[in-house]
Amino acid sequence: RRQLSGRRGPVRQRARRWAPFSPCGWSRVCVGLVCTEAGRAAVQAPAPLLSPFSSPQGCRGLWYRLLSLLRAAQPGHYALKQIGGRFGSSVLSYFLFLKTLLMLNFFSFFILLTFVVVLQAVYPTASVSPQPFTGLELLTGAGYFTHSLLYYGYYSNVTLNDPCPSSPGGSVCPLPAPLLPYNLPLAYLFSVGVSFLVTCILLVYSVSRSFRESVKSPTGDLAIKVFCAWDFKVIQRRSVKLQCENICTQLKELLAERRSRSHSQSLGHCLVMLLAWGLALGSVLGCVLAVHYFSEHMHTGSGRWQQEAVLLVLPLVVSLLNALMPHLFNLLAVWEKQDSPVAQVSVAIFRNLILKVVILSLLCYHWLSRSTVCSTEECWETCVGQDLYRFVVMDFIFTLLDTLFGELIWRLILEKRLKTKQRPEFDIARNVLELIYGQTLTWLGVLFAPLLPAVQMLKLLLLFYLKKTSLMRNCQSPSKPWQASRMSTVFITLLCFPSFLGTAAFLSYTIWSKQPSETCGPFRGLETIYKSGKMWVLVLEKSNPNITWFAWVYQHLLENTCLLFFMSTALIAVIYFNIQVVRGRQRVICLLQEQIANEGEDKRFLMQKLQAVYEQRHR
Amino acid sequence: AYKRFSELLPKEERENACSARVPKSQILTLPELRANPFRHRICRLFSTSETGDDSLSFEDFLDMLSVFSDSATSDIKSYYAFRIFDFDNDGTLDRNDLEQLVNCLTGQGEESGLSSAEMDQLIQNILEESDIDKDGTINLAEFQHVVSRSPDFASSFKIVL
Repeated sequence: RRQLSGRRGPVRQRARRWAPFSPCGWSRVCVGLVCTEAGRAAVQAPAPLLSPFSSPQGCRGLWYRLLSLLRAAQPGHYALKQIGGRFGSSVLSYFLFLKTLLMLNFFSFFILLTFVVVLQAVYPTASVSPQPFTGLELLTGAGYFTHSLLYYGYYSNVTLNDPCPSSPGGSVCPLPAPLLPYNLPLAYLFSVGVSFLVTCILLVYSVSRSFRESVKSPTGDLAIKVFCAWDFKVIQRRSVKLQCENICTQLKELLAERRSRSHSQSLGHCLVMLLAWGLALGSVLGCVLAVHYFSEHMHTGSGRWQQEAVLLVLPLVVSLLNALMPHLFNLLAVWEKQDSPVAQVSVAIFRNLILKVVILSLLCYHWLSRSTVCSTEECWETCVGQDLYRFVVMDFIFTLLDTLFGELIWRLILEKRLKTKQRPEFDIARNVLELIYGQTLTWLGVLFAPLLPAVQMLKLLLLFYLKKTSLMRNCQSPSKPWQASRMSTVFITLLCFPSFLGTAAFLSYTIWSKQPSETCGPFRGLETIYKSGKMWVLVLEKSNPNITWFAWVYQHLLENTCLLFFMSTALIAVIYFNIQVVRGRQRVICLLQEQIANEGEDKRFLMQKLQAVYEQRHR
Repeated sequence: AYKRFSELLPKEERENACSARVPKSQILTLPELRANPFRHRICRLFSTSETGDDSLSFEDFLDMLSVFSDSATSDIKSYYAFRIFDFDNDGTLDRNDLEQLVNCLTGQGEESGLSSAEMDQLIQNILEESDIDKDGTINLAEFQHVVSRSPDFASSFKIVL
């Protein structure tokens, strides 16, 4: 900073009231201040002062100005600031999670768009004449959309740009070879694989980053709470008052908890807990049976209109259950009266998660077993894609209705009928689980409907603005203590582990062992989708004998399961090693703390002795 | 930031905004600081005025923004947080400082504060947890040690323009 002040012409005498505590610290402060100072301020006046150092400074000035413009031009930047200013970091974490999902979907969509969709659109296949467009298609995804780029069935299984499509027998083609042959089935398989790989890498990176930030030691809650409780982002007067009240309540609760550490687990309390868990699991079972019944016994009505409408019944039932059951679980948790509010929230999240996981597993089994209405349609992949599209659209409609009834109408009831000043609270956990569920549906459907990430992106954008408007008008900030960063870690871990791994497993099973349909799609006629990759390797081997090593690598490393076992063992060993290192370090920290305390005592003892000796000498 | 700073000055001084000083009363009209219970401490801390009237120049304003920005490291943030909480400027947080801090956090009203027994218990617990050398006060290193264990500190110690 002193350097920069010196460069600016007249030397400014700045009386520093505090001594620099370490040279390294001050250099870091200097760098931090210079970077943020230049990056933040679109400084206009000092530019003429910098003219003696013209061209590098001028370029850098332009670059910093561009950076600050980019920062402000981020979509939703002002909206996020408004939300953070009124509701604090906890509600903001939901909207940041939504932005993360938007980014993940954008990458998947971009890869699929450039490598598969655009090329198929440029070389359209001759398909059946499309059915007339009625409005119902936007809901059901069938009809006009069936033979379009949206679904798997439209994509061709030949090499594009090839003037004479070759048969697998390898007959000689009289025309010259194409300039840029594009093998669409291979591109389809690889694009889906690469988009999943990119998503996996991004997710693992986010999980590791938030784990590193959120691991903390169990002692010292009260001091941490007092020193770190104030959220400086909150700027509205009413919210500041609310935050003060919240902090006061939390401190009082923590102190009361410390005073009465012994909680007697009475028998009645245990019984209530067991009953609540029994009710929760029973209701989950009931939902599962309802979904199973509806999926098996959907009757087809007469007339095309009824046939299309009947397709909507299953998504409707599933979305209805997903919307109503979490409210039931919240009521159960309130009735149960858990020990601490954090335990209450965790139990409600866990029950909600079990419901969604079980329903999704049942639906996956139902899609793969092909004992569904899709038997009328020859192309089962398009059918599954259409089902998933319907689920995504229905999920969005129900979220809309839930926001309307849960927040707007509830607030009107509270204000007009019950005449209380309280407004409904924004239930962060339930909303985040809804987002994770929607994203799981999109990932399940990527193989069967390549444009589904685009639909999901549109849905997330609309949801962002819808939730923000409803939040501003109808809700108040949450009164329960919410550790924003720990819950963000939990949510991103939930996105990675049950959700992403589950869909990866489902897709791997589909690619490895399901037979694709005979008459449609890029993999028609093959035994499994995976065989197309194998065939390509064989073709490569035949065409150029110099790359047999590639085929050998493919056969012995990628297809061999021993490699997977070795890699998993190595990963587990690394994790175990790191856990032991962490444990050792924690022990060292305890020992060092004891050492510091002992040294303080020694110092005090010696000073007392010194004082006693002086007093003796002066007597 | 330059735009926001020059808006605080009266019209005739706006061309010389880089060398002008904005009085404390004007700074406190900024929406980001208006309702913050630590606003007086923030102005006192970042002001380099020789007369002690807590006025801020443009460089002081940028200092403040850079400490509260995203790119400041948590070392810098915890150092400045320590100085904000040190109400009597003696370099350590003793019982009086902690008491004033808790009063700021829980609001100034009588009905919303903690009772004196609760305050004593709270301060006792804080000192037990964070005072490692057991001298009755919390110095900078102990404060930084406590704060480094909280993952939320960096994101809550942030003001965005």
